[in-house]
Amino acid sequence: MTDRAGRTAEASPAGGPPTAPVRRIRMPQKLRNMELWLLIVACFINAAAIVLVQLGAMGHVDTQLVLLGAGLSALVFGLHIAMRFVARDADPFLLPIATVLNGLGIAMIYRIDIADGESGWESASVRQIVWSAIAIVAAIVTILVIRNHRVLFRYTYLSGLLAIVLLLLPLVPGIGREVSGARVWIGFGDIATFQPGEIAKIALAVFFAGYLVRNRDSLSMVGRKFLGMRFPRARDLGPLLVVWALSMAVIVFQRDLGTALLYFGLFLVMLYVATSRLSWVVLGLSLFIGGALVASQTLDYVGNRFANWLDPFSPDRFDQEFGGSYQLVQGLFGLANGGLIGTGWGEGRPDITPVPQSDYIIASLGEELGLAGVFAILALYVLFVARGFRIGFAGQDDFGKLLGVGLAFVLALQVFIVVGGVTRVIPLTGLTTPFLAAGGSSLVANWIIVALLLRLSDTVRNHPRLVIDG
Amino acid sequence: MNRELKRVTIVALLMFLALFVSSTIIQYVQADALAADPRNSRTLYESYSVERGPILVGGEPIAYSTPSDDNYKFQRVYAPGALYAAVTGYIPVNGEATGLERSLNSYLSGQSSSQFFDSLNRIISGQDPMGASVEVAIDPVAQQAAWDALGDYTGSVVVTEPSTGRILAMVTKPTYDPNALVVHDSEQVQATYDALLADPSDPLTNRATGGDMNPPGSTFKLVVVAAALESGKYTPESTFPNPASLTLPGTDAVVRNSGGGTCGPGAEVTLADALRLSCNIPMAELGMELGDAAIREQAEKFGFNHEFEIPTATEPSVYPRALDEPQTALTAFGQGDVRATPLQMAMVSAAIANGGIVMEPDLVDAITAPDFSPLEEFEPAEYGRAISQETAATMVQMMTNGVENGAASNARIDGVSVAGKTGTAENGESDPYTLWFTGFAPADDPQYAITVLVEDGGGLGQEGYGNLIAAPIAKQVLEAVLNK
Repeated sequence: MTDRAGRTAEASPAGGPPTAPVRRIRMPQKLRNMELWLLIVACFINAAAIVLVQLGAMGHVDTQLVLLGAGLSALVFGLHIAMRFVARDADPFLLPIATVLNGLGIAMIYRIDIADGESGWESASVRQIVWSAIAIVAAIVTILVIRNHRVLFRYTYLSGLLAIVLLLLPLVPGIGREVSGARVWIGFGDIATFQPGEIAKIALAVFFAGYLVRNRDSLSMVGRKFLGMRFPRARDLGPLLVVWALSMAVIVFQRDLGTALLYFGLFLVMLYVATSRLSWVVLGLSLFIGGALVASQTLDYVGNRFANWLDPFSPDRFDQEFGGSYQLVQGLFGLANGGLIGTGWGEGRPDITPVPQSDYIIASLGEELGLAGVFAILALYVLFVARGFRIGFAGQDDFGKLLGVGLAFVLALQVFIVVGGVTRVIPLTGLTTPFLAAGGSSLVANWIIVALLLRLSDTVRNHPRLVIDG
Repeated sequence: MNRELKRVTIVALLMFLALFVSSTIIQYVQADALAADPRNSRTLYESYSVERGPILVGGEPIAYSTPSDDNYKFQRVYAPGALYAAVTGYIPVNGEATGLERSLNSYLSGQSSSQFFDSLNRIISGQDPMGASVEVAIDPVAQQAAWDALGDYTGSVVVTEPSTGRILAMVTKPTYDPNALVVHDSEQVQATYDALLADPSDPLTNRATGGDMNPPGSTFKLVVVAAALESGKYTPESTFPNPASLTLPGTDAVVRNSGGGTCGPGAEVTLADALRLSCNIPMAELGMELGDAAIREQAEKFGFNHEFEIPTATEPSVYPRALDEPQTALTAFGQGDVRATPLQMAMVSAAIANGGIVMEPDLVDAITAPDFSPLEEFEPAEYGRAISQETAATMVQMMTNGVENGAASNARIDGVSVAGKTGTAENGESDPYTLWFTGFAPADDPQYAITVLVEDGGGLGQEGYGNLIAAPIAKQVLEAVLNK
């Protein structure tokens, strides 16, 4: 499957071996310099966003938050400097994209804080900045500690166990917390709550990648042909059924449709890439849709989500006190209020919509930055995901390829689930918008994904040179 | 593996494509429809966040916006309280606006297309956006006089300028204080609104232009006489049989004159006397001879069955379709299913005063941008000719006679000739009467057309009549405006 000769040719373009080492030493610096310039642009955009929020919502500039933002920028540059030493060949786009998305999110959360009259350590924006700092430090640690992604391959089953434990944590009495119906949080006393499920998605991606690379032969080779597709043997259905059962358990016990869809979608895509068997996808999707349909009939909250999706404007749904379409419709009103170019930072009324700084941050951004802003943000995600898929295409080892694709796809799927829910492509489910939404666990998880993708992309470029030089 | 990767890439791209499409649909294609949803509080806040233009009477604001410290940025104030409620209406923080606040909302909020460049200019020059100001046609003296004269009666007074159709006074009672409906507390507004809505006296209804309309009673005889004169077959001297009662053909219904006896002495009565003394039997006879089609045609020329926008939408007065003979007889003296608003009856009087030409009624004189450039100027517009000049002149004489020597005697003013017609309409076997007066003054040079409506018999049940209660109100208003 790995075409080593082909990869080598691709990674060392024109030019023979004698001159190659010199050029390849210069190349990474070029990448890092490019990243530096993009980072400067990203930090400038973020600072401008915060200043514009202050001018739009308060009419004057308050330097305190700008300074906090500057501190955050310093950490990002710290990550950049670390990469100059330990990941010189890493992709130059990932870090600036994550930085600008993180910054836009902070600016919008700050803007909502101003509307709600929150400030200081109580405010979501300051907490978001602190969490961003923790997340970026986590990314630096990740990239410093994991010098070679194949280390993770060794911890395949440990990752799987970790994922299960993380998923179960919110159900443990005493530390589990329920927020707006979903039991996906943990907390200790009054200390900031945390969604372990966010970290679990990384552990799951590592586990799926390792497990599938080990077992894909038995999952892909045998089986009976039916309707032009080769279907797996009954005894090989085990893993699929386990993950399906896990997703259904999340729906039933944690009351979290979005997370279930996220995990299951991640597993299906990785399974398909690993086995090349469309039948897995057909089977899996049928199972999930079947499960979701049963859930929509039997579980009130799932049924409400479907009804809101199909007919949000009916007065009955709009006025329903719990589980009605009020939030969905207010989000649509907000987006419509933004129109093509938006109201401008601090000039809209995103605070009318419930939870405008977390689940609904894309509607808040759409209101103040308009369709143009939404397109720009989506384009940033597309670019980020594309860089991740690139690792999949260019990677040398199947584990790295699968992990890269899995991490990139899980981010794409998460954006699709939450933004698609807000814009009525699919029923609305609670998930955080990666990098943008308020929430520490989501930030930490996504910045670790950035670090892992950086590490993988560094290996992709790095590897051929080692072969030639070695 | 790469083939599968390509497919997954395509799936991811399709997912994002769906998001691009869905956000475009919401933020571009459906944006206007979503903004127009009555539940969209953003649109409401938006209309509050610009300094809404004032509504002016004689240069003095009767509705204006002052800065407030909350989400709405501006507080609407209706300076004279309830006096102008029928004119301005109100714009609440929840629910729908009424009156001029509704019909001229795009101008007042600065959103009209003619203000596009003005508001663009203000944005570029750094000024806050501001709505246009609306100068109404209302004459403050006439409005105050109408308000005072109507007193505590349930009813309405409308004064218009016959030559232009400008509405100089529009009062309806009982009414409400619009300030109570624009406080920035939607629950309080809702409570006030619900209380007004539940009030059996219907204070939210503008009786001048709609509501549960009343039969016009004898004031409608003006329309029937106009139809008769226009037909060319009748003159004021045309005579009709004069019995003391008339059983309508094919029914048991008996028509009587208001006095109970015949219409003056003699076996026959002239059309002029029938109108002057406001008799029902000769009118019923005339109505049956004319037929419902002729009366309807004449009524529609005066504006019945047409919804006028002043620019606030009004309810059309009704002359019903396809009537049989007894029904036609009843409508000939303003009973049966014919219904009219005070505005409509004022238009009938104004048309007679204006040589037969009906003018489009209008509340607004001018709309002016914040930079004082005119956006809209009111030009008198003809609705059409209802009757010939000769018919008009004849009717002026007959109506003047009605005040000087007839059933509308209580509208007489020393030194000024007043033309008028009273009405006392039945609503049901034992329900209180509806009392009317419609007319104009001075009769030789009409400046003011007036219609007074008093519901519930003016508190006298079936004892009250138009000349007793409605005519003196008209007199009081006319005196006030003629003496200013």
